[in-house]
Amino acid sequence: MIRLLRVVHVLSLLLLLAAAIAPSFVSAQPAAPTPTPPAPLAGEQQQRYDTMINQLRCLVCQNQTIADSSAPLALDLRDQVHRQIADGRSDDEIRDYLTHRYGDFVLYKPRLAARTLALWIGPFALLAIALIAAVLFMRRSSARQLATTPVVADAERIRRLLQEQEGSD
Amino acid sequence: MLRFAIPVVVLLGLLALLGIGLRLDPREVPSPLIGKMAPAFDLPNLDGSARITPLDLQGRPVLVNFFASWCAGCQVEHPVLMKLAREYGVEIVGIDYKDTRDAAEQWLARHGNPYRSIVADALGQAGLDWGVYGVPETFVLSAEGRVLYKQIGPMTDAAWRDKIAPLLAQGSASR
Repeated sequence: MIRLLRVVHVLSLLLLLAAAIAPSFVSAQPAAPTPTPPAPLAGEQQQRYDTMINQLRCLVCQNQTIADSSAPLALDLRDQVHRQIADGRSDDEIRDYLTHRYGDFVLYKPRLAARTLALWIGPFALLAIALIAAVLFMRRSSARQLATTPVVADAERIRRLLQEQEGSD
Repeated sequence: MLRFAIPVVVLLGLLALLGIGLRLDPREVPSPLIGKMAPAFDLPNLDGSARITPLDLQGRPVLVNFFASWCAGCQVEHPVLMKLAREYGVEIVGIDYKDTRDAAEQWLARHGNPYRSIVADALGQAGLDWGVYGVPETFVLSAEGRVLYKQIGPMTDAAWRDKIAPLLAQGSASR
């Protein structure tokens, strides 16, 4: 058991190492011409913008939202969201715009669809299976315990048998 | 016996899933554009003498390669693109992503020019519409202008041999 634990330990360390030295093709991008900055958003629009950019994944640094990332792509996507909100597009329209280009991966909160069903239901299904297995396991072990302990009702019979034996003596 | 078999089977199942997970490259996000028509753009060519749209790319299969003079991966793939263009006669259209004309021309003079035509996407709008998230990226377009395949990261001999050449062969055989 301890040896197994140690193997798991070493394996996880190796995995971490591999992740750290994985090649990356990120390269510095010089100042290319940038579009003019859009006009600032009004209060409610600014709120939508803040919520939105915290729910969109930056595809370059994949564990960051486009709000957190300073990659050029995140900058572009923030700019797009900003412009489209200013143009009066709805949140759904903006999400459609992005998923048509980058796929569902860009959404941190995937939509409920036939394709993403496993993602939404999977954890609950696994939990249910685990609960059922646990209940079955506990039932079985308590049944085994019952089979090995003497049944209380037998005390009466034992006394009678003992009495019979005394009587015959 | 069954008591031991169940945990072993569960463990093997988990290991198989993890094994598949290790083989997937999370940097390769499948493009939603596969099978669809190439996204529209209307941009000047590099020297500004003409405008190019996806209509100009129809009629024969082409590779559309997003590149930039500032991009390290582009330098890595460049010899492969040169070979495809020179030896196999593949038509490659370059889209110069967030770059300047001067820098791109210098870069091409130094490394060679594999492109039949070059689109200047100075602001990266075409890149956005094509779902580009890190140059270099290469799209394979069919003769009718449909996206058949997307290569994320540098073009390699293996990608050409295993993925792209068969697609192009299929495309020209069915016509």
